[in-house]
Amino acid sequence: MTAVAVVLMRDLFAVVMLTGIYSLLSASFFVVFDAVDVAFTEAAVGAGISTLLMLSTLTLTGRYAKESTQKPWLALAIVTVTGALLIYGTLDMPTIGSASAPIHQHVAPRYLNDSMQEIAVPNVVTSVLASYRGYDTLGESFVIFTAGIGVLALLMVLQRRRASDVDAHGPMHQHLILRIVAKILIPLILLFALYVQFHGDYGPGGGFQAGVIFAAAIILYSMLFGLSAARQTISQPLIFALSAVGVLLYGGVGVACMLLGGNYLDYDALAEDPVAGQHLGILLVELGVGITVASVMIIIFFTFNGRSLSERGRRR
Amino acid sequence: MFLTATAAILVVMLMALIRAFLGPTLYDRILAVNMFGTNTVLLIAVVGFLMGRPEFLDIAMVYALVNFISVIAILRYFEYSPPDETVEHK
Amino acid sequence: MIALALDVGSWILLVAGSFICVTGGVGMLRFPDFFTRIHAAGVTDTLGAGLIFTGLMLQAGLSLVLAKLVMILLFMLFTSPTASHAVAKAALHSGLEPQLDDVDDRSGVDS
Repeated sequence: MTAVAVVLMRDLFAVVMLTGIYSLLSASFFVVFDAVDVAFTEAAVGAGISTLLMLSTLTLTGRYAKESTQKPWLALAIVTVTGALLIYGTLDMPTIGSASAPIHQHVAPRYLNDSMQEIAVPNVVTSVLASYRGYDTLGESFVIFTAGIGVLALLMVLQRRRASDVDAHGPMHQHLILRIVAKILIPLILLFALYVQFHGDYGPGGGFQAGVIFAAAIILYSMLFGLSAARQTISQPLIFALSAVGVLLYGGVGVACMLLGGNYLDYDALAEDPVAGQHLGILLVELGVGITVASVMIIIFFTFNGRSLSERGRRR
Repeated sequence: MFLTATAAILVVMLMALIRAFLGPTLYDRILAVNMFGTNTVLLIAVVGFLMGRPEFLDIAMVYALVNFISVIAILRYFEYSPPDETVEHK
Repeated sequence: MIALALDVGSWILLVAGSFICVTGGVGMLRFPDFFTRIHAAGVTDTLGAGLIFTGLMLQAGLSLVLAKLVMILLFMLFTSPTASHAVAKAALHSGLEPQLDDVDDRSGVDS
């Protein structure tokens, strides 16, 4: 229902809010299905960072979508037919959670049964994500990195040393209470991000969620204290370098495994005891993912906002 | 025990949603969304205890953070483009 | 014995917290003006959350769960009033006026 409203409405701000609510509803579905890690990530990314980034986009594009001049009947027909075919296909699938479903027969039992002996990490999601399916996660972090590079290639405004900053005299400047509270909270949020990063082995968490939370703290700082202050704290060269460092770390761990005698991303080779090797490998790999995710989110936010500031400066 | 709390929180969330639809001014809606978010945090915490899975508390913490930052972001957005102008950009 | 006391305490706190939250919700729907609704939402949310979390803490026992509950409670105690303050300030800044009684009418009857 929220999805239909998202498609039909032209008030983009309401669309952004509805997308946030949609993400929240998806997260609660995941909770009902007992998938805590996914719910965690969906709540942090979907309801949090996406809403923030889309609001930054709205400052660039304006609030109302253009009226479309032609009715898309052909597209609607194609989508309806495809959707009907997909739903028809699902009628044949086994019921949710049934033990005889193919997905539970081949690889999943092996992961679930052997994970404790081979990896000894209580959170199976982390062991699957970082070790059994390490290639997939490597690809995902490269996707995030590429997204960051894409945004930079399209929108980057070279940081000019401006004497006066439009932001410093904006209305938010007067919000003393918010700034004081934020000064107390931001270090705690950063600590929480570190906790989530390293606790991912034992509870829900891991690199993606931790990176998003870290970026959210920096974005909060940037919103309340001005973009230029945030850019001085996290300078552009540093953030560009960090986004590359994360992915390099991930790939580098794989190469190190090869150099030490195993296959690419085979963590058993990293230490004397294969289980300790797995732990070390997962730790480094998740750290790489966290660093990349945090820096790319920060890059995207700074780029969107830097662009809108320069436009506003030109309009005056 | 947790069931009554869950039921009460769900009722409050429904009321906040009604206010979000009704609220004559924009700020009513922002307030309603903030209240909805706070109650979501409570709901996650209580349901976590109800289902015997205290790991949900991490999600509650994250969502409390997300709720706070979203409200600040919305307010900042409206300070830069006030809601009264319906400017149609390209 | 102690378990029973803890359970009773949790019950009382949870019920009180839920009642206060529901009161806040009713206030959101029935109060006439935006600034009065801020009172309903902000005050009751924070207080209700505090009571509910304290009730949950009694159930948790000394463990990591207790520490997490304490942290979430502290975070909400900081951010919920701040968010209400920010919304009120933004509304005032953009020109929203509170609905006031007529100053001439001192007899207490609404005009």
